[in-house]
Amino acid sequence: MSGARPRVAVVAFPGSNDDHDAVWALNALGADAVLVWHAAERLPEDVGAVVLPGGFSYGDYLRCGAIARFSPAMRAVTEFAAAGGPVLGICNGFQILCEAGLLPGVLRPNASLSFVCRDVAVRVELDAPPFTSRCRQGQELVIPVKHGEGCWFAPPELIEQLEQNGQIVLRYVGDNPNGSVDDVAGVVNERGNVMGLMPHPEHAVDPLLGSGDGALILASLLDAARDFALAPV
Amino acid sequence: MKATVLVRPKQGILDPQGQAVEDSLRHLGFAVAEARVGRVIDLEVDVVDPQQARADVERMCAELLANPLIESYEIEIAA
Repeated sequence: MSGARPRVAVVAFPGSNDDHDAVWALNALGADAVLVWHAAERLPEDVGAVVLPGGFSYGDYLRCGAIARFSPAMRAVTEFAAAGGPVLGICNGFQILCEAGLLPGVLRPNASLSFVCRDVAVRVELDAPPFTSRCRQGQELVIPVKHGEGCWFAPPELIEQLEQNGQIVLRYVGDNPNGSVDDVAGVVNERGNVMGLMPHPEHAVDPLLGSGDGALILASLLDAARDFALAPV
Repeated sequence: MKATVLVRPKQGILDPQGQAVEDSLRHLGFAVAEARVGRVIDLEVDVVDPQQARADVERMCAELLANPLIESYEIEIAA
C-alpha cells in the first residue's frame, strides 16, 4: 500500500519527451513519481499507478507506438494492468497502449495531415475512478493537444460496443483537432483500469499556463493509486 | 529466401497521405482519380521451405507489420 504520496511509475522510452513533465506534474499534485527506463523488467515496489508519457518512442517507426510495446517494461506494465493497477497513457502512451492491445482502437495520422498544438475542449462522458472521479459527467475540460497522429479509429461495431460499455471517457467538443471517429479523445479498457487520451493533462496543472483542468484527471489517478495495493507476487 | 510484404490502408479507411499525394499529382496535371499510400517491407527470411517462409511472414504481419484494424497486407515469396 502506498503512503500519503502514492508512488507512480512514469515509463520513459527512447524518444519519450514528456516524461519529465509528467513526473513534475504528478509530484506537484502530491505523488512520489519515479522515472522508469523502458529496459527495466520490473516496476519499482509499491507502485500504485503507471503513466506512459507522450513523445515519439522509437521515432514512431513502422506505426506510432508499435515498437515500444516490445520494451521489457511493457511486460511489467501489462502484468500491472492485469492485476487491476491503474495505467494512464498520454498521447504516445495512448498509441502504445492501443498497439499493445491493452486499449481498443488505433491512432492514425491526423485527418488534416498537420501537427496540431493548441488547447482543446473535451467533455467528460464518464465520471468514475480511477481517471475521472474528480470530474463530473458533462463537464468540459480545457487541455492542450500536440500531436501529428491522434486520429483515433475503431470500426463502427467496436464503437457501438465501447459506447454500450461506457468505455468512451472523453470527447472533443466543437473543435475535433485530428478527425477521430465520434470525436473520441480518450477511452478505457473493458475493466476500466487502463486509459489513453490524446490531450496532455500534465501540461494543464497550473492556471498560470492557461488551464488547470488536467489536474482533475491526474489527481483522480493519484486517488486511485493511493487505493491500489499491488498484490504480492 | 526473399519475401516482400505490401501493407495497404484498408478500403474505406481515410488515407490523408494518399489524399495529399492525389492532390499533388492533380496539381502536376495528371488525371488521377485516387491515390492510396501503403508500405513495402522487403525481408530476407532465414528459411529454405517457401511454405514455411510464408507461414512465418504471415505471423510477422499479424503480430507486428500490419495493424488489422486499419491495414490489409499481401505477401510475396520469391520463387
